[in-house]
Amino acid sequence: MSAMILSWSLLGALVLLGLAMVVAAFRMMRGPRAQDRIVAFDAFYVNAMLLLLVFGMRTGSTLYFEAALVIALLGFVATLALAKFLMRGEIIE
Amino acid sequence: MSHASDLPLWAALLGSFLVLLGASLTLVGAIGLVRLKTFYDRLHAPSLGATCGAGGILLASILLFSVLQSRLVVHEVLIAVFVTVTTPVTLMLLGRAALYRDRSEKAADLPPPLRTDGETRSGDSI
Repeated sequence: MSAMILSWSLLGALVLLGLAMVVAAFRMMRGPRAQDRIVAFDAFYVNAMLLLLVFGMRTGSTLYFEAALVIALLGFVATLALAKFLMRGEIIE
Repeated sequence: MSHASDLPLWAALLGSFLVLLGASLTLVGAIGLVRLKTFYDRLHAPSLGATCGAGGILLASILLFSVLQSRLVVHEVLIAVFVTVTTPVTLMLLGRAALYRDRSEKAADLPPPLRTDGETRSGDSI
């Protein structure tokens, strides 16, 4: 009973997070300017990280946690570098 | 889901509630990313997913793994701290970059300048 409740709600959360990723990808493709695309990319990788966490809860293994941590780290660095590039036109000066 | 068959009912209900709450708040933030009109409005939308959405899902993960392994599992706190620290940094830097670009191009829908004029000018050129 409890396993069934948890399974269905985790499936629902996977669907919701997938929809959120699709919406963010839509803004990333359409966004009129570069900064819109970067904000959408930021939302996109946060959603991917949460999707991996829910997937890890569904399979019951903690392996997905490390992948989520790596996505969070690399996404932060990527967004920071892109914002710096928008401001200055170069990343390392 | 064979690993969760011996999960007590209260943990399943509470974990389901937290996961669904976090996922739907993330979806609301992503929809705001599409529906809002200007860039400076859209900058605020995804932080809903980075705070409440991530908080709900990470709390559910802590709860489920702690109950399943019958010991305290708190390594999700790492992600929570990291996301809480990094999200304001990136969004503030992006907002400043966009403001700099818009001001240098004399865009039409600029946000109004701050009152302390000299401070604003020197701060914007960073």
